[in-house]
Amino acid sequence: MSAVAVAVRPTSTAYVGTGTLLRAALRRDRRRLLIWVLSLGAVTVYSAVGLGAIYTTAAARQSRAAVMSTPAGIILGGPGYGTENYTLGAMIANELSLSVIVAMAIMSLLFVVRHTRAEEEGGSAELVLSGAVGRRAPLTAALLLMAMADLAVGVVVTLGLVGSGLTATDSLALATAWVLTGVAFGCVGGITAQLMTQTRAASGSALAVLGAAVVVRGVGDIVREHGSAFSWLSPVAWAQQVRAYVDLRWWPLGLSVLLIALLATVAFALNDRRDVGAGLVAPRRGPATAAASLAGPGGLLVRLQRGTVVGWAVALLLLGLTFGSLAKSVVGMVADIPALADAVGATGDLTDSFAAAASTYFGLCASAFAVASVLRLRGEEGAGRTELMLGTALDRRHYLGAGVAVTAVAGSLLLVVAGLADGLATAAVLGDAGRIGPQLLAALVFVPAVLVVAGIAAALVGLAPRFTPLAWLVVVWSLITGLFGPLLHLPRWALRLSPLGWVPKVPVEDVDVLALTGLLVVAVALVAAALAGFRRRDVPA
Amino acid sequence: MNAVEISGLTKRFGDVRALDGLDLTVAAGSVAGFLGPNGAGKSTTLRVLLGLLRADGGSVRLLGEDPWADAVALHRRLAYVPGEVTLWPNLTGGEAIDLLVRLRGPVDRRRRDDLLQRFELDPTKKARTYSKGNRQKVALVAALAADVELLVLDEPTSGLDPLMEEVFTECIAEAKAAGRSVLLSSHILAEVEKVCDTVTIIRNGRTVESGTLAQLRHLTRNTVTAVTRTDPAALAHLVGVHDLTVNGHRATFLVDNEHLEPVTRELAALGLQSLVCAPPSLEQLFLQHYGDELAALESVGSR
Repeated sequence: MSAVAVAVRPTSTAYVGTGTLLRAALRRDRRRLLIWVLSLGAVTVYSAVGLGAIYTTAAARQSRAAVMSTPAGIILGGPGYGTENYTLGAMIANELSLSVIVAMAIMSLLFVVRHTRAEEEGGSAELVLSGAVGRRAPLTAALLLMAMADLAVGVVVTLGLVGSGLTATDSLALATAWVLTGVAFGCVGGITAQLMTQTRAASGSALAVLGAAVVVRGVGDIVREHGSAFSWLSPVAWAQQVRAYVDLRWWPLGLSVLLIALLATVAFALNDRRDVGAGLVAPRRGPATAAASLAGPGGLLVRLQRGTVVGWAVALLLLGLTFGSLAKSVVGMVADIPALADAVGATGDLTDSFAAAASTYFGLCASAFAVASVLRLRGEEGAGRTELMLGTALDRRHYLGAGVAVTAVAGSLLLVVAGLADGLATAAVLGDAGRIGPQLLAALVFVPAVLVVAGIAAALVGLAPRFTPLAWLVVVWSLITGLFGPLLHLPRWALRLSPLGWVPKVPVEDVDVLALTGLLVVAVALVAAALAGFRRRDVPA
Repeated sequence: MNAVEISGLTKRFGDVRALDGLDLTVAAGSVAGFLGPNGAGKSTTLRVLLGLLRADGGSVRLLGEDPWADAVALHRRLAYVPGEVTLWPNLTGGEAIDLLVRLRGPVDRRRRDDLLQRFELDPTKKARTYSKGNRQKVALVAALAADVELLVLDEPTSGLDPLMEEVFTECIAEAKAAGRSVLLSSHILAEVEKVCDTVTIIRNGRTVESGTLAQLRHLTRNTVTAVTRTDPAALAHLVGVHDLTVNGHRATFLVDNEHLEPVTRELAALGLQSLVCAPPSLEQLFLQHYGDELAALESVGSR
C-alpha cells in the first residue's frame, strides 16, 4: 500500500458534507463537549475566585510572588510579569495560564484525533467517505468542532473573569490567548492524525509536542526573567507574553494566528496526499520471537505495564524535585501566612511538615497507580485475554498473584523515586545532605498503605469482579482526607477509613512500627482472600 | 479411555440456564464435532471443560480427571483456542505465540516456524494491526505447536479464508494421525462433515443427537432421484417414501433407510434408467432438529 498518493488538487467538492459531519459530531459529542467546556470553564473561574479569597492582602500576594519567582515556580507558573506588584489579575495570568492552556490543548487535540484518525482506524471514515462527502470534509469538521469547543471555554472564562471584577479588555485578551493556543495544539493533532495510523500514536505524538512546548517555555523563562529568546520558540509562551493585567500587548497573538494558519495548511496538504486509512508513518514491526523475559504472567504484566510505570516514575520524579526545590520558599511563605500552615496541617518544624505533606501526595499517586495496575487484570479479563492465558498450564493464583506482585514492586519503586527526588532537591536547596534520608523514609512509610490499597483492588477482582470500580473510592477518599483533611478538621476515624490515614507523618512523627505492621497484615490478608476468591470463581465473570 | 466425558452437565448464569443436562463424549484419538447455533451453549461447555467456569451439576471428566480441581495439570496435556481471540495490541504475533506456548511447556521452534509458514502469518506485526483471521491464526499456531493429547477448539476457522481452512483441515488430520483427540465446535456443517468422526448436536443447552456421522445418517432419509421407463407415480404408495415429486419420468423423493430395499425393487420393476441416491447431508440432519428455527439458522449461516 503506498501511503503517498498523487497529490489531488482540492476541488470545489472537497468540502461537501462538512456541515452534516459537524452537526453529527456535535450531536454525538454533546455530552463530552458540555463536560469539557463546563469543567474547564468552572475550574478556571473557581481558581481565579479562590486565589482572590486566599490572598487578600498585598503582603500575602508578594510572598506568593516570591515563590513564583523560584525556578520551580516559573516552571509550574509563568514568566512572572507583575511580580513587583502582584495584583490578583497578574496572579491569574501568571499562574493559571499554563495549566489552562495545557488542559485546553489536550481537549483540542483529543477532539481532533477522535474525529479524524480514530474514525479511520475504527473504519467508519470509510463508510462516510463512500457517501457524497468531500475529501477535506472530515478534517474540516473536526477542526471546526475543536475551535468551537475552545471558543466556548473562552466565553465562559471571559465572563467569569469579568464577573469577578477584573478589567474587561485584559480578561478578553487573556481568554483569547488561551483559546488561540488551544486551537493551535488542536491543529497539531490534525497533523499527527495524518501521520500516524493508530489513534493512540496520533494523540500521543501530539501530546509529546505539547510537552515539548511546555518544557521549552519553562526552560526559556528560567534562563532569563520574563522569558528569553528560547521561550519564544514555544506557542505557550506567546499567550503568557500578552502580559494581561500588567502591561497588555496584543501582538504576540498574531504569532498564534499565523501558526494556526500554517498548521492547518500543513494538515490539509497531508490529508490531500494520503490514502484513507493509511498514514505517512508506517506502523513499526516488532520481534518475530519473544524475549526470554516474556515467559510467565509476571513477564507479560511487566511488559504491558512498562510504559505506564516509566510515565508514572517520570511524573513522580518531577513532583519530588518540585516539592523539594520549594522547601525553602514554602517555609518562608507559611511563616508569613498563618492560614496556609493550617491548610497543610503544619505543626512544629515547618520543613518537616512540608516534607510530610509532600509524601502524602506521593502516597496518593502510588495508590492511584496501584488501583489502575491491579484493575488492569480485570480489563484483560473483559477483553478475553485472561481466558487465553488460563487455558494454558497457568495456575489462577499465580496469574492474580503476579498482578499484585508487579503492582507492589512498581508502586514501591515509585515511592522510592519520589522520596529520593524530594530528598535530593530539599538537600540541595537547604544545603543539608542530612535531609535525604528522612525525606526518603517519609515516602517509604507509605509502602504498606499502598499495598493495602492494591489488596483491596485485588480482593474485588477475586471476590466481587462486578464491583471492581469501587476500588477507586478508596483513592478518592484518601485524596479528600489526605489533601483537605486538616483544612476540613475531619474526625480521626474518618481519616482512618483510608489506609493512608494510618501512615505516620514522618519526619514530624516517629515511625509507628505497630501501625505499619498492621497495614502489612491487612494487605496480606486481602491478597490471600483475593487469591482464594479468584480460584473459586468463573472466568470470565 | 475417553478424552472427554460429560453427562448431565448444567450451568446457570443468574436465572438463565445456559446448559441443561448436556452429554458429550470424545473417544481418545478421535475428532469430535460439536454443533449448535449461536447461544446453544457450545462455548460455555468448552469453558467448563477448561475449568474456567464451574459446573453447577452433572459430571465432567477430562482425560480422566476433574477439569475444575486439576486445571493446571490438565492444561499441560491440552491446547485451547477460544472462540473470540483477542491479543495484546502491543505484542507482535510471534511474541504472543511464544508466550502462550511457554506457559504450557518448552517451545518447539521448528514446529512453530513450520506452522507460521503454512498459515502464512507474519509474526513481526503488532497484534493491533491483525485482522480477525490473523488473530485466529496466532491462537491456532500456539495451540497446534504444543505437544498435547487433546485440542479444544472453539469455532477455530471463523475468520479464515478457504485456503487457510484447507491448511487447518490438514493440521487436524495430522493431529489425528499423531494420536491426538480433537474437540471442535462449529456451526459450519461442511467443516464438521469434512474433519469429524463423531458429531454431537446441541440445542438450548441440551444434547439432541450424537454419534458417528454414519449412525446419524442412519436415523434419517436418503434423497433419491430416479428416471424410469414407465410412470413412477406408483412409488407414492410405498411405505417409507416421502415428499415424492414426479416430473415426467423423473421422480425425486426421500426414503427411510429401513425401507430402501422394497423401494429399489419397485424402481427396478418400473424400468430403472438412472439412479442417484444421496445420503443426508449434515445440513439436513441439522435442519431436522432446528426445522422450527429455520429463520434463526439462516441468520447464523449469514454471519
